[in-house]
Parts: sequence; structure tokens; C-alpha cells
Amino acid sequence: MYGPDMERAECYHLRATAMAQTKITLEQVRHVARLARLEWSSEQEERLRADMDEMLAYVDKLNELDTKDVAPTTQVGEAGMPMRDDEVTNRAAADAMLANAPSRERGYFKVPKIIE
Amino acid sequence: MNREAYEAVIGLEVHTHLLTRSKLFCGCSTTFGAGPNENVCPVCMGMPGVLPVLNRRVVELAIRTGLAAHCAIAPYSIFDRKSYFYPDLPKGYQISQYETPICKGGYIDLLAAENGEPRRIGLTRIHIEEDAGKNIHGENASLVDFNRSGVPLIEIVSEPDLRSAEDAGAYLRQLRAILRYVDASDGKMEEGSFRCDCNVSIRKRGAKEYGVRTEIKNLNSFRFVEDAIEYEVGRQIAIVESGGKVAQETHLWDPARKETRPMRSKEYANDYRYFPEPDLPPLIVPAEMVEMVRASMPELPADRKARYVRELGLTEYEAGVLIADRDVADYFEATLPGLKNRKSAANWVMTEVLRVARDSGKSFVEAVPPAAEVGALLRMVEEQKISLNAAKTAFAAMVKSGKGAQATIAELGLAQVSDESAIAAACDKILAAEPGKVAEYRAGRDKLFGFFVGAVMKAMGGKANPKVINDILRAKLSG
Amino acid sequence: MASELNKLTIAEASSKLRAREITATQLTRDCLDRIAAAEPRLHAFITVCENEAFEQARAADARLAAGNAPAMCGIPLGIKDIYSTKGIRTTCASRILGTFVPPFDATVIERLRADGAIFVGKTNMDEFAMGSSTENSAFGPTMNPHDTARVAGGSSGGSAAAVAAHECLGALGTDTGGSIREPASFCGVVGIKPTYSRVSRYGVVAYASSLDQVGPFARSVRDAAIIIRAIAGKDVRDSTCSARPVPDYERALTGDVKGLRIGVPREYFVEGMQPEVEKSIRSALKNYESLGASTVEISLPHTGYAIAAYYLVATAEASANLARYDGIRFGLRVNAEDNIALYETTRAKGFGAEVKRRIMLGTFALSAGYYDAYYLKAQKVRTLIRNDFERAFEKCDLIVTPVAPTTAFKIGEKMNDPLTMYLSDIFTISVNLAGLPGMSIPCGHDSNNLPIGMQLIAPPFAEETILRAGDAFERTGAFKPRTAAV
Repeated sequence: MYGPDMERAECYHLRATAMAQTKITLEQVRHVARLARLEWSSEQEERLRADMDEMLAYVDKLNELDTKDVAPTTQVGEAGMPMRDDEVTNRAAADAMLANAPSRERGYFKVPKIIE
Repeated sequence: MNREAYEAVIGLEVHTHLLTRSKLFCGCSTTFGAGPNENVCPVCMGMPGVLPVLNRRVVELAIRTGLAAHCAIAPYSIFDRKSYFYPDLPKGYQISQYETPICKGGYIDLLAAENGEPRRIGLTRIHIEEDAGKNIHGENASLVDFNRSGVPLIEIVSEPDLRSAEDAGAYLRQLRAILRYVDASDGKMEEGSFRCDCNVSIRKRGAKEYGVRTEIKNLNSFRFVEDAIEYEVGRQIAIVESGGKVAQETHLWDPARKETRPMRSKEYANDYRYFPEPDLPPLIVPAEMVEMVRASMPELPADRKARYVRELGLTEYEAGVLIADRDVADYFEATLPGLKNRKSAANWVMTEVLRVARDSGKSFVEAVPPAAEVGALLRMVEEQKISLNAAKTAFAAMVKSGKGAQATIAELGLAQVSDESAIAAACDKILAAEPGKVAEYRAGRDKLFGFFVGAVMKAMGGKANPKVINDILRAKLSG
Repeated sequence: MASELNKLTIAEASSKLRAREITATQLTRDCLDRIAAAEPRLHAFITVCENEAFEQARAADARLAAGNAPAMCGIPLGIKDIYSTKGIRTTCASRILGTFVPPFDATVIERLRADGAIFVGKTNMDEFAMGSSTENSAFGPTMNPHDTARVAGGSSGGSAAAVAAHECLGALGTDTGGSIREPASFCGVVGIKPTYSRVSRYGVVAYASSLDQVGPFARSVRDAAIIIRAIAGKDVRDSTCSARPVPDYERALTGDVKGLRIGVPREYFVEGMQPEVEKSIRSALKNYESLGASTVEISLPHTGYAIAAYYLVATAEASANLARYDGIRFGLRVNAEDNIALYETTRAKGFGAEVKRRIMLGTFALSAGYYDAYYLKAQKVRTLIRNDFERAFEKCDLIVTPVAPTTAFKIGEKMNDPLTMYLSDIFTISVNLAGLPGMSIPCGHDSNNLPIGMQLIAPPFAEETILRAGDAFERTGAFKPRTAAV
């Protein structure tokens, strides 16, 4: 069999590391799931935790690099913000905008009652 | 409860819509009052694949506001995404500015009361962000309208420099005046274009540390802000006095019950996960742009006040009252052409005109007669064509009828007679009819002069110029 | 299939269309016939737009008859189902957008429509472009036309397979970490990821906004150059889109690479790589030397950190980009008593496993207390990776590497092992982090007759360099791509 043996080896090594040191707890996973508005069953949660743990252990390698004096790169495009003139260019098209609504009423999007 | 032993520490976060034709990141109209979801497009609806493009006018208005409030304008600022889920937030994040607001620092001077001390309230920052849509709550469901989604806002954050509900009210009024002066906002509460969050804590008078603060969200009138602060300060003092601890919470103001209550929906701790908006490059504001905006700025309240004192000879107090509202100041200036006595115009606006506006319940501009007509009226007084009393009568009539000054004076026959021969004839008639009194006067009863003036005025139907009557009578009686 | 016009290149078809030797309608019919025949084995398309395509073909024929039609007029294309197409369902291969019909066109779609191009259908992909094999599609995987037991690569696997199998003459894909180059390599076609900002992203469903870029698949470098020229350039609806003028890329195809300095990064030829891949690349480099180019060993020392940086940056951006799929305004809704439950169940049901995994990772990387350690750290490492390339391009005009460590792997082989799947993008990801243009062109086959791709990387906006070098390699005839088996 051919294949990316190096990477596989690296993965197995990582798994061993991950087991030694937990990067994320089940409690944290649940908190993140709430922030992300994703529901997980309790069986899924443990598998998810393990997957995230493995990834977090993997990305830990970034800490090998000293980035104290390095500026972050959040964009790679050209500098400068193009701006538009303050003009109304859109015509009212409520029907087209509502066409994909899962639930609507009298031109509004309908949702379960919001509690403030 | 010993309220006097405590001091309130208040900071305000004011959100105000900017006066633009189109939204912050798309070409949809910002007009208030359209049918549901009419002013929307894929961009402000957060459809898959859409991207924001910044409205230049928003940047200009934010800079204007910043300059008016003595802020430093950031030469480099970025937009960030603030993530949270809410049905009226189409993208699941709001494009805002987090670490690098467009304006930093600055202050707003509160206008001093007639005998009061001027106060300076520090600003932390002003940043640009987009508004969310609007939820309408029904019995069993809520309905969402995205017309407001993407309407440009600036958030003006004050330092915790305010100490009372009255302070907060004064700050808000001054802030609104500035926003209106620079054409940044119309400050219309009823359309939700001006909203305020209050951070309130208390501490023992003289203490240095801040207490635990509560945030009261989404107050949309000055009255509510003042009432809510008043209530919240009392509530916190009561808790502390009874040995309790104020909890760090977000509250809502219930104007019907006149109390604050904790928000129920915050069941998950807020974690907005701000990060730089990758769809918008950094906003570079070169010094030349700031100077261009500065050059295009309308005169600010403080400058206008100084000019009124310096050039028009008004007192600090008079100037302060007139400039408090840009509409009033503009009105005052529009009455001036052709007038010599600026002070009388100032007095007229401050008393007659402002009274009419106050009593009408309408907006200033809608309530009062055109400034040019009031100017015409005041010129007639100055030229002695009418008396001051006649002017007041005419003004009241103009407010009701909407007619001009000339027409009203003519209609009501308020024109003053200054014709010397007519007045002299009337004087002769009175003096001839009262020989006894004339003799008494000439013998030294000076007080009788008033009687003669009154009698002549009465004979002339009250329209004679009193100064002319005086002059003629004096000449005749001394002769 | 008598005429098989679908096997023409875009350059050939374009000149025949203008010469009125063939019609756009005939060309479109041949493509649609081929689609009907091949799809059961390939599944390159999510939606085939037969009626719309014929309508576009008729309009193109009228325009061609009138003369002066643009190069893309009458050319049938496959469009990755990530492009917003007005009136045509756009699913992003997700259940959550399963019925979504956008009311607007992406800018590049609008430009191609204006040029008279024909859209035969929306191609399959990994859900929200998250994947390297097109197995993460809610509509099932796309099969590799060279071996249907193997993946087509991803995330733009449908577009790559459709072009390789002659279902269309060219296609659009998107590339966030290799999503054009890797499937191009696996399917044996040309795929280009232009410089970040070269092509508008407006109307392209966002995965990771600072990395996503639009690009073409084609069966020749010249064809790819023709497509890029039609789609590139300033767009007032994309604030990140460059205002630089778009060159006539075809004019760069001189065949002349004399004096070209080709950098070969030592970090890209590592032990464990499939030996035939390295052999093919080395042999292509020899070809370049024989054409008068020189090769120089260079170093990109932070290559080993690219995947880690990428998976934090991309997932963080994705966690926000995918927050709009909430069941309120469009797409799937799973009804619930309150809004929070509505969100949670809608998103749980609407998104596939990989998408959810990435949203979770990205949400975590941005969350309070972890931002600096994960998101910010990754963006700093991104700077180091970018600097690597800047330094390297002081020594060379072009960098040549393999596209992937292996040829196409078996369907299902890596599905239960996300990290191993991520590692198949090891050679392509740095290019996205640095915003550079990169191209994959076929340069060989392995012993199973599976295509091998060579990656050409240039400095920002030097698309002409990679096109010229790629075209020169094609002209040598050193390697003739095999026709797909399907």
C-alpha cells in the first residue's frame, strides 16, 4: 500500500499526545456548542470532544514558534477601503426577498415568540 | 435609607442612526415607515455570498461627530464581527468596530444653567456599526422586519462621568444638539433612531472604587433614561443598605410599571467572539480627509454661542438658550436681516417664539410662523410703525392664521399713527376740553402729564405713536 | 454521440463558433448528452440545467450570428454549486440550503452571462467547500472519472470531474485551501486559484473569507487563461477585490520560459510522499531546464505549520460565515418551541458532520480566553508563512511543487479520520494563507493510471508567469493527459 505514511505516523503520534493531555473538556464542548447553536446528542458529544482534542493537540505545534514580535495577517488583499456614494440603488423587492422564507405572514418573517 | 451618603456613577452608550439616504453596506433606502421588508436586498438580508461595501457618507458623518466632540480621529481603524444569534440579526453577526473605533477620547461640555457650573463629560469612543432588524411580538409568534437591518449607527460611549439622572438628561440633550448641528442625526426618538444603554453603579460618597454595575438596555427616550437611572440608583442603594450585593446584570426598563427588571433571554453568557471583518479592508482616514470634513462642518454650538456674544452683544445666558437647539438658533438668525436691535430679536425668540413652540406640542419648525415674518414684525416695531403690544397681538394672530406680518397688521388695524398733524389736532382738542387741568399742570402738578397722554391715546383709538404724543404735548403745555 | 463537440477545448470551440462551423446549441446538446450518459457513474452535478442551458445557447447563437461575440460566448460551463445563480437552486451541497433559490447572481456569473456563456449545471462539492474529496456532500460523493472507486478530490470535485469527463468545456470552482488545485490534480485537468482579490467573491457562498478565491477548471492552460480573463477584475460589490487592470492572459502564452528561475522548495519533497509524484515533478523540472529555465532549491521553512494555522483561521471565519444559516429567512427550518431550540435543531439537522466540526473548532478558537492562543497565534504564523514566500521570490520567479502528496485516494478511505484528510492539503494551503496565485496542471500518471498534478506558484498578480510556464510545459508534449476512463 502506498499513501501518506508520514502523515499517518504523525497522526498516531498525535493521538498518543492527545491522550496524555486533554485540550478540551466535555463541559467546554457543550459551552461552545451553545455559542454555535448546534445541538449534539450525548453519544456524539464524546466523539466530538475527541476530534476537537486531536485537532487542538495538532495545532499546538504553532507554539513551537516565537511570534512575540510578529504582527498578525488577517487579510492578504490590497490596502485601502473602497467606499460607495450614499445613493439608494435598490428597488423594493419584498416578494423576492421573502420567497425563500420557511415561514412568513403579511410580509414579515415569522418566528417563534421572542422572549426578551 | 440615606441616599445622600451615596453617589451614582453613570456611563451612557448612545446609539444613533446617521442621516444617510442609503444603508451602511448596501444601496437600500433608510426611509422610515416603508412596508415590511420593502427596504431590503440580499446584502442586508445576509443571503449566502453577499459582501458589504462601506457608505462614504457614514464615515464623513462619524468624523464630523468626532470633531464636534473633540475626539481624535483614527487614521487607521478596522471593522470587526460581533457574533450572536437573534432573529433580527441576519448574518448572525453584526459588523461593528471593536478595538479600533474611528473616534477616540473627546468630551462634551454641558451648557451651564443660568447660575450653574459648566461640566465636562469625557467620551471613551465613537464607533460605526450596523443596526439590526425589528421584531414585532405577537401572542404566539414574533414577526421580523429587516428594513432597519444595516441602517448606519454610531455608538457614542461616555466615560462614567455622570453622577445623576439630571446629569444624564443634560448630557443627552447636549449630545443630541451636537448631532443635529453636524447633520449627523435627526434625533427622532419615536422612530427608534436614538437609543441608549445606561451603566449604573453606586458607591459611598468620596470612595474611589466603582461599585458593581448593572446595564439598562434599549431606552428610547430621555424621560425613560432619567426615570430608569433614578429607579436603579434607588434600587441599588436599598440593596447595599440592607447588606446585600448588587448583581452584575442586564436590565430592561418597564415604563408602565416604572421599574427595571433583569432580561430573561440572556441565558447564555455573552461571548461575542469579535474578530476582524475579513470582507472589509482597513479604513484608512488620511489627514486630508479629516481636514476636508472639518472644512465642510457646519458651525458648532459652542462657536455659535461665542459669535452671538462677540458679534451680536448677547449675554452668555441668552446665547446659550438660543443655541441649545439648532432649529432655534437658525430661526433666530433668520429674523435678523434689516434689524438694528439684535437683542430685542433674541428676547422675542426666547420668550414669544419658544413659548408658542412649547405650548403647541409640535416640533419647533412646525409650530412657529416663518422667521422672515417675525423679522418683518420686529422691523415694524423698530421703525415705530407698530407698538410692542400690537406686535404681540399680531404674533398671536399669525400663529393661528398662518398669515404674514403685513397682512395681519392691516387686518387687525394695528398700524401706529405717527402723523404729527393728526396727533397735534387731537392734542389741541384735549387741551381745549380740559382748561382746568392744563392750569393745574402749568402750576406744577407734573403728574397730570400722564393723564393728557392717556386721553390723547384714547382719542386716537390707541394707535398713536406714544413718543410723538409725548413730544407734541410737552411742546404745547410748556408754550 | 456522433459529433462529440464536448471534447473540444474552449479555444477550439470558440473559434469554430465564431466561424459558424458549429452552433452553441449543438455544443450544448453534446455536453448534455454526455452528462446524461456519464452522471450515473460520476455524480459530478447536483443540478443539471437543461432548459436554461438551451435557452442560453439559443441566445448565444443569435449573438454569434450578429458577430463580435466575446470569447466565452456559447461555451458550456459547469458551475460549482457555491455560486449564487439567480433562479437556479444553489445548495452548497448542504441540506440547510437544499431548496434555496437565490434572487441574485454572483458577479462572476453575471459577467459570464453577459459574455454569453452557457451554464449546463451546478456541480457537486464538499458541503460549504469544507473537504478534500467531495465526500462531504449532502447529495453523495463525486466519483473520479479515471477510477470511480476513488475520489475526485475536493472541495470542487464535481467541477474537476465534469471537465475531465467532457461533460462541459470548463468549470468554475473555488479554492480556500486547495479546493481547485487538489481536485484538478486528482482528475487530470488544469485548475487555477488566482491571487486573492483578483476575482470578485460577491455571490460566492463564503467559507473562509480571507482565503476563498474563485477560479477555473479547464482542459488546457489556454482555456483557463480565457476563463480568468472573463471573470477577473474590479467589482464594486466586493470591497476586497483588486482594481488592478486585467491583462490579456492569452498574450502571456508565448511558450518561452528562457531565463525563468524556478524555485523548488525542499520542504515539499519529503519522505513518505508517493514516489511517483516526486518522480513526475522532477521530470517536469528537467523539461523546464531543457527549455532554458533554471531551477534553484529554496526553503519555505514554515510549511509544516500551514495546516495548523489554516484550520484555525479558516474555521474561525467559517464559524461566523455560517451563522446566517439559522432557519429564519431562507433554507431549512426545523420547527421548535422557541428560537434557541429552533436554531439548534435546524443547524444540527441542516449541517453535515464535517461542517459542524469546523464550526465548533472555529467558535472555540474565537471564544473568550482562547482567542490569543488560537486565532491570533494562527494569524501571526500566517505572517511567517507569507514572509517565507516573499523571501523565496527574491531568488526565483516561480515555485514548482507537487499539488498533493498522493494521487486520488479511495472513496471512504479517510472519511473517519479528519486530521489525515486535512493533511492531504499540505502542499496547497500555504498558497491561500499568503494569497498567492497557484495552478495545478497534469504532469504524469501513477502506476494505476491516476493523474498527478504539478503546482506552479507565483508572486501576487503574476498569473501571467504561471500561465506562461504551464502553457510552455503543455507545448513540450512531454506528457499527454489520458482521457478519463468514464
